[in-house]
Amino acid sequence: MAEDKKSINRRHFLRDSLWGACLAGLGGTAGLLGGKGTKQHTVWQIDPYTCVACGNCATYCVLEESAVKCVHAYAVCGYCRICFGFFGPQPFDIDEGAENQVCPTGAIKRAFVEDPYYQYTIDESLCIGCGKCVKGCNAFGNGSLFLQVRHDRCLNCNECSIAAACPSGAYKRVPADKPYLLKRVDHA
Amino acid sequence: MIRLGHIIVGVAVLVSLCDSASGAERFPPPEFESGYEIPSPTVPNPRQTTYEYIDAVVLLVALGLSSYLVLRKRSRRAIFVLMVLSLAYFGFWRKGCVCPIGAIQNVTLSLFDRDYVVPIVVAVFFVLPLAFTLFFGRVFCAAVCPLGAMQDLVLLRPMSLPNWLESGLRLIAYVYLAAAVLFAATGSAFVICRYDPFVGFFRLSGNFNILVLGACFLVIGMFIGRPYCRFVCPYGVILRQLSRISKWKVAITPDECVQCRLCEDSCPFGAIREPTADWPAHYYEKSKKRLALLIILLPILVLLCGWMGSGLEPVTSRMHATVRLAERIYLEDTGKAEGTTDASAAFRATGEETEALYARASNIRDKFGLGGWLFGGFVGLMIGLKLLGVSVMRRRLDYEADRASCVACGRCFEYCPKEHARLKAMKEVTGKT
Repeated sequence: MAEDKKSINRRHFLRDSLWGACLAGLGGTAGLLGGKGTKQHTVWQIDPYTCVACGNCATYCVLEESAVKCVHAYAVCGYCRICFGFFGPQPFDIDEGAENQVCPTGAIKRAFVEDPYYQYTIDESLCIGCGKCVKGCNAFGNGSLFLQVRHDRCLNCNECSIAAACPSGAYKRVPADKPYLLKRVDHA
Repeated sequence: MIRLGHIIVGVAVLVSLCDSASGAERFPPPEFESGYEIPSPTVPNPRQTTYEYIDAVVLLVALGLSSYLVLRKRSRRAIFVLMVLSLAYFGFWRKGCVCPIGAIQNVTLSLFDRDYVVPIVVAVFFVLPLAFTLFFGRVFCAAVCPLGAMQDLVLLRPMSLPNWLESGLRLIAYVYLAAAVLFAATGSAFVICRYDPFVGFFRLSGNFNILVLGACFLVIGMFIGRPYCRFVCPYGVILRQLSRISKWKVAITPDECVQCRLCEDSCPFGAIREPTADWPAHYYEKSKKRLALLIILLPILVLLCGWMGSGLEPVTSRMHATVRLAERIYLEDTGKAEGTTDASAAFRATGEETEALYARASNIRDKFGLGGWLFGGFVGLMIGLKLLGVSVMRRRLDYEADRASCVACGRCFEYCPKEHARLKAMKEVTGKT
């Protein structure tokens, strides 16, 4: 803009003033954003107490295999004799047969602890986050099975596609240093 | 009587227990005799936040490099290499999130929602390209934006569009920007992210319809340069306006224009303006009258469009989940809809009063009413300013890159004979020393 310096006419004066105003506005915006607090990054998470296990998590995630998986809060588990997170509503037998299980991918592993208790563990490599077990556990048990966004998989999209499709508004932005909302025994 | 009272209290306590517990601790955990220890669930950590700061630094470096390459080095090849690197890093490596285009919504939401704080990196992503544009023109579009790079790569056989079509199509971007701000401000949705046509390619998965949309953009982009950037990108229109007043700008020729016309067809984005002829006197008088008329009509146009925008409120407010839910609950309660949806069932399970929901929904609809006025008004203003722009006669003596439309891709440089002379002179100088 060498010619500007030689002759300052009206047009150049107006342009320069506008330029200054824009720069000030930009600085103002930056200040406003910074002044609101320098809270660190947030990530998406499901509030397990609001979640209704509708099954959208399995299908709406932008990933082929959803970032949402089932999590088992063992401390909340009642170690029911017949776990309805594991067995279908009317199991033919009380064993690990696929026809007896509610999980479509057989991702829940049932391991004997002591008579008559079994421990149920989620195999996350198989879990698709459909929430069928969560529904069963919520309906008949303690609700120790629940869905969580697994942050080793989550891409942390600016707008989570599952959050947009969540019917109960269970998706929240949570601070990245406390990225999980796990179920607890002492939850009021 | 006392007994009956006891029973009632007992039942009430039981009912309230069932209600509040909602499944939790229905069965206390057993006492194990075999020494079994209750395990705790695993919690894989999210990506380190330090990576986010690295992104911000990479953005700063890329913008600086891009400015240098466009304004000093003037090398299309170097700009191209930087563009591919940016596509690889911000696109395929970082999966296209977060980008300055989407950051518009985060910034808007943070201005309207007291509880929402923009993460510092997102704020940097929003502000940095704007600041660079204010100094150096659209160097962000040139070689940093992964969406632009994607389209630039597929450009095979550019066609030029007539001016009126180009200008008219660009209105889409203004409408899109206004809609994105409206939906972000009301906390309804981040539409720019939802309908981002290229992010699916970066992630190599995504919604099928959006992938098809992206593929369409790429196919069109083979013949019409950067269709998303020119006609849709909401960040692009902000950069356009800032680029008009940038301190430095892209110059086709490094020297004086000799009007050889060699660069005339070199721009695939229709950003090169040819010198104007002198306007005949009667034409000048006519356009002066038209300009005055348009200036008078402008407020009327703004008001009219604002009124139309506010009329869109019943449609636009449905973008908000609460409004959708309230409408569904109303339909169910009045017997106009059969059964329940996941959302209405979830709402009824919370036990919240329907009236409270209606109140929340109508509050949001009020916001959309006001937002509709502003949305429509903004669109009207943009249409009006476009008409004004058509009627303003500018005198140009040389072939120039239009400050607003030029994305600083650097294609025109090598068309200029003066540029070749410059390169030759430079080679001689470096050869001698």
